[in-house]
Amino acid sequence: MDTTVAPSVNQMSGRPTGEPTLEAIGITKDFATLRANDDINLSIRPGEIHALLGENGAGKSTLVKILYGALQPTSGEIRWKGKLVVISNPAAARRLGIGMVFQHFSLFEALTVAENIALALTARPSMSELKAKIRTVSAEYGLPLNPDSVVADLSVGERQRVEIVRCLLQEPKLIIMDEPTSVLTPQEATDLFVTLKRLSSEGVSILYISHRLEEVRAICHHATILRHGKVVGECDPQRETAARLATLMVGAELRELATPPLIEETAWVRLAVRDLSLPKPTPFAVDLDKVSLTVRAGEIVGIAGIAGNGQDELFAALSGERLARDSKAIVFNGVASGLLDITARRKFGAAFVPEERLGHGAVPRLSLSGNILLTRHSTNDRIVRGGVVFSSEAREVSDRVSEEFDVRKGSPDPEATALSGGNLQKFVVGREIDRHPGVLVICQPTWGVDAGAATTIRQALVDLARSGSAVLMISQDLDEILEISDRVAVISKGQLSEPRDASKITREEIGLLMGGAGEAAHAH
Amino acid sequence: MPVAEAIILTIITASIPLLLAALGELVAERSGVLNLGVEGMMIMGAVSGFAVSYSTGSPLLGLVAAMAAGAAMAALFGFLTLVLVANQVATGLALTLLGLGLSGLIGVPFAGVSGPRVANVHIPVLSDLPFFGPILFSQDPVVYLAIALVFGVSWFLFRTRAGLVLRAVGDNHASAHALGYSVIRVRFLAVLFGGACAGLGGAYLSIVYTAQWLENMTAGRGWIALALVVFATWLPMRLAIGGLLFGAVGILQLHAQAFGIGIPSQFLLSLPYLTTIVVLVIISRNQALMRSNTPACLGRSFVPDR
Repeated sequence: MDTTVAPSVNQMSGRPTGEPTLEAIGITKDFATLRANDDINLSIRPGEIHALLGENGAGKSTLVKILYGALQPTSGEIRWKGKLVVISNPAAARRLGIGMVFQHFSLFEALTVAENIALALTARPSMSELKAKIRTVSAEYGLPLNPDSVVADLSVGERQRVEIVRCLLQEPKLIIMDEPTSVLTPQEATDLFVTLKRLSSEGVSILYISHRLEEVRAICHHATILRHGKVVGECDPQRETAARLATLMVGAELRELATPPLIEETAWVRLAVRDLSLPKPTPFAVDLDKVSLTVRAGEIVGIAGIAGNGQDELFAALSGERLARDSKAIVFNGVASGLLDITARRKFGAAFVPEERLGHGAVPRLSLSGNILLTRHSTNDRIVRGGVVFSSEAREVSDRVSEEFDVRKGSPDPEATALSGGNLQKFVVGREIDRHPGVLVICQPTWGVDAGAATTIRQALVDLARSGSAVLMISQDLDEILEISDRVAVISKGQLSEPRDASKITREEIGLLMGGAGEAAHAH
Repeated sequence: MPVAEAIILTIITASIPLLLAALGELVAERSGVLNLGVEGMMIMGAVSGFAVSYSTGSPLLGLVAAMAAGAAMAALFGFLTLVLVANQVATGLALTLLGLGLSGLIGVPFAGVSGPRVANVHIPVLSDLPFFGPILFSQDPVVYLAIALVFGVSWFLFRTRAGLVLRAVGDNHASAHALGYSVIRVRFLAVLFGGACAGLGGAYLSIVYTAQWLENMTAGRGWIALALVVFATWLPMRLAIGGLLFGAVGILQLHAQAFGIGIPSQFLLSLPYLTTIVVLVIISRNQALMRSNTPACLGRSFVPDR
């Protein structure tokens, strides 16, 4: 390994020594046409926090499922404390001392915390003993939990605590954590790291799966990096820069976005919103208050703002999920569209990508080609002809989108839910861009997506705009907004600020605008 | 015998078949299986129970045969829906049609004959008490069995580990599978229990309640039992109360007709269903209650992935 990079200052104790707790040798796993894991070697020492790094679809989850007995490898062997073992199911893994904290929790919502934990234990203590034990362990590791709470009532962070305590009660020697912080608030994540360091100091090994590089650099002793199912490197993350780790993960230097200059004078207004006001649909929503905005051909306008300030309401109004009161309030490509439904707006060249990809942007149990049909049924006269669906045409579009946006999938036409988050997001965005829409309204384009996929998506948005379309991007990610927007507006309490030139506005100014309307409201 | 006492006695006997069948269905539904074949399993229990009881002269053997017949029907349902992953709703409806037809065929030689009856228990002193004696202490043994079953099922579901596993399977079959529990086996056993209970409920009609076989004698009680499970929000204790209530509605409509009260009998017959709808609307407003008791995987097929 290349370790010529200068050691970083925040030295933690180095990689623990000792015979490996777990060794995976030559693990290979094939799914139909896809080789998800290719000859993977991995060695985890006692007390080590070992990062498994990789982009979405690199094969991390597959490897983890194999180690936890939920999948069987096509070939390769696993050694536990030096002895060859076959982990035929999760119960066998737990008997060895391997615990797992899942990314999507595997809890029973209708049951209490204690009942959930009881189900996972091989020992069968009485309920009162178990509750006492849960209280002890949760106090000891700083994971406050009430054993009698019903899981359905718990927050995401609390649910993760249930999973961790459930793991700890089995006194594991190795805990596998699949992207544990992806669902946590920053404070919850900090608390989790304290718990992890404490476990590590007690000699428990942790396999920490993540694509958040800063986090890995902060807490992990060692990292194994996967790409396209192969191990492409091992390193001490504390001695590497985040940029270098990212390069290893993605396989190339992260592409710099190419943003050709904007030619403003010739650009005509493709999207015009004039005094759009809509009362809130539910008590917890936000009123839209005289929102006005223009987006010209060739430019990207970013709308920043803190979640819950009217972003969802604005997207619903623009997409036609809620109709405006005045048809001239929203004009797409010169057509007054305020009273048109979503299909009619699409016919006039508009396209929409909602924030939630699974359930809103795509139907989970429908194939990718079926999902193509959902937004293209009226705008593509090859997929639907005379009311008849030509699925081979939909399939062709689906394949084209998958290829252009590098969507990695296990079978030729899988269900949407089978794709990882980043891959599905690339597909959902690609589906709309493939139409070359005149106006694209997109919400949270790279939410929960790894660096490589995010770059692909942002570049596609820039390219679309520069080819003459108008792009309106609603995002909470300020870095993203400043990276690719030409002009920036801020939404706050349902009011939209005057868009400003992105190269001339500072973060501080945007921050003030985000809170600005709030202060004004206090002054009343 | 005073009128009130007589009415209460008839209400109890009318509610027992509903209670038994619903209790079995409750366990099956808690494991995540929706078996709409309750009516078919009940009627098969009724005919098989009567046939054995009449042929051997032993009502006890009849009751056992009825449970076996109900369980056999349930096994067929379980094989189709759990092993072959057929649609549960369609299979359940087919099971009811099959049961109604098959029972008619089996029952031909037994139509119009009288079989042996189950004697009521008699406890010295207690059974002779006025009012409480007949109601509490001199019922037939199946009544006491049914009451014991209510407590037994409640204890099983909420106090034993096996019951916890069963509820877990009904709540999230994927997670239960991931933890290493056999979803199919748990569900199969729950469905078998449901069938045996439905069979017993049917036999109560042909061996205890009347001691004769009539074609189609369950007369929709299987459907009322299904409504009862929802009415009780999948809780056994509430099921017992609901069973008495639904039984009472059935009996009172008979009395209403006898006394010539001018309410159409069709309306009274539909009361259990109307009550279920009203109760559902009311309890649905309490999200917490619905969420914690409704089996989240109800009616959803499970195919282990590997």
